[in-house]
Amino acid sequence: MSVFVLRRILTLVATLFAASLIIFLVLDALPGNAAQMLMGADASPDAVRALTVKLGLDQPLAWRYLLWIKGMAVGDLGNSYVYGTPVAGLIAERLVLTIPLAIMSMSITVVLALAAGIYTAANHNKIGDVGVMSLTQIGIALPNFWFAILLILLFAVKLQLLSAGGFAGWDDGIWPGVKSLLLPAISLSVVQAAILARVTRSAVLEVLREDFVRTARAKGLGKREVLWRHVLRNAMIPVMTVMGLQFANLLAGTIVIENVFYLPGLGRLIFQSIANRDLIVVRNCVMLLAAMVVIVNFVVDVLYAFIDPRIKVANL
Amino acid sequence: MSTPLTATVPAIAPATRPATGFRRRALRLRSFVLGAALSLLVLGAALLSLLWTPWSAYDIDVASKLHPPSAAHWLGTDVLGRDIVSLLLVGARSTILVGVIAVGIGLTFGVCLGLIAAARKGWTEELIMRMSDFTFAFPAVLSAIMLAAVAGPGMVTSITAIGIFQIPTFVRVTRGSANAVWAREFVLAARAAGKGKFRITIEHVLPNILSILIVQATIQFALAILAEAALSYLGLGTQPPQPSWGRMLNDAQTLLFQSPMLAVYPGAAIAIAVLGLNLLGDGLRDLLDPRLARER
Repeated sequence: MSVFVLRRILTLVATLFAASLIIFLVLDALPGNAAQMLMGADASPDAVRALTVKLGLDQPLAWRYLLWIKGMAVGDLGNSYVYGTPVAGLIAERLVLTIPLAIMSMSITVVLALAAGIYTAANHNKIGDVGVMSLTQIGIALPNFWFAILLILLFAVKLQLLSAGGFAGWDDGIWPGVKSLLLPAISLSVVQAAILARVTRSAVLEVLREDFVRTARAKGLGKREVLWRHVLRNAMIPVMTVMGLQFANLLAGTIVIENVFYLPGLGRLIFQSIANRDLIVVRNCVMLLAAMVVIVNFVVDVLYAFIDPRIKVANL
Repeated sequence: MSTPLTATVPAIAPATRPATGFRRRALRLRSFVLGAALSLLVLGAALLSLLWTPWSAYDIDVASKLHPPSAAHWLGTDVLGRDIVSLLLVGARSTILVGVIAVGIGLTFGVCLGLIAAARKGWTEELIMRMSDFTFAFPAVLSAIMLAAVAGPGMVTSITAIGIFQIPTFVRVTRGSANAVWAREFVLAARAAGKGKFRITIEHVLPNILSILIVQATIQFALAILAEAALSYLGLGTQPPQPSWGRMLNDAQTLLFQSPMLAVYPGAAIAIAVLGLNLLGDGLRDLLDPRLARER
């Protein structure tokens, strides 16, 4: 086990470094001069030079990269070019919204998908199966931001139950915050749940065909018991792989959905920073999102080994 | 923006039971027919827009803004007085253009890399696979954001970002299915006959995985459409005055209380295109390679 985990950790670190290098090269090496972009094409060369020195952009590229890496290690991400405040603080403010949103939508996704997947597999080829599967086919085709707009139309415009956007914050207790994240979380999860439900269904069906299931049934275990005790655990591997990959989509989705609901989260911060040409904020936010994706997939990889010990042998 | 699932689900052993039973076959055929019909509808709309639209999709006529549906404007007009039907028709063109180029990028690079990985094995394969794993950490929206931050938003930005994100999926699918072909006896025979790796790849491997690639390309096309719509919605993709479905949704959102239907049409168009392509992909999978047909 330890060798397996060690190898995975090394891959994780290498991947994070590669990601940081690419992000740095794309955002800081290609555009020429961030100071020029900030000040616009008409700025006088002297002013641009002064800002370049002030932002530290006159240093060699490799040195700036090392400074950034060092800064990330100690939690100092530098100051925003536009606001002048620490980037770490800006990001932390936004994560208060984005992380609960991601957790809420992942939970809704998992609950919906497992329920639908197991139900359809257990009722294979019956009317309920066909119905739910047709629904998932439609769910996969829905753009999540359109579904979000439809939810706003229904719950905010027609029924006037929930607000069309904005975030209530966590100061007045949990409920107002959760309430303002409810529609965004649902719109993020519906598409993901449709995909995951299909994966769950085919994984469960696959396992149901295995010999050990027949053995368990022959032993006298009831259908339900076999399903819960033997089938699900074995069907979880593909389901978890997809969940890990979906997390990446979920984070990317928050960028879009936060814009639909005017939520002041990480996605909107990235977006405003692009508009403001605040490249240092963009760089750190993109790094954070990429790191979250890589780390979640790392955790999934390691979890496999616990769920199915055969995997680590295959990987050694 | 959904995951390229078909490719990334770890290989569950393919169903050994062939699809039998009239009902199931008919169901599958029906999904294929429906998928082909919806895809053709979108393609037809795009082609039609090249020849004819009821009104110009570019002319602004603020005097007739936000008209309800009428005989003149079947679905009404938007906030700039443009005819919704015309915008939808021309939008289909942008959608298809972005999809074709982005999938083309993914297909070209992905298939080449996948074929090389399967043929060379060893560290080359390891390197290519690690690189493609790594690319997955950058969903299309994220790379589009990076590109837009340095190069400015636009159709080229979104096509590049979507195309790059498509590469790893094609790498995985190509390598997986190419490896299976490499293990077959006729490849062994070809090697014994003295054919080199390159010739075997071109003459034996590629033709044998073509159907899988066609199916995957169809599904990736659907994903590209979703990605393009999201990017245009965010203002990172197709730029005005070029009509695009994502952009129309963005415009419509500010008018939800006055003209809610404006937000319904473009989204429905996207959903129809994506649903059509997904169904078409499923149907093609069953028709081209029955062995691949999983329990669905």
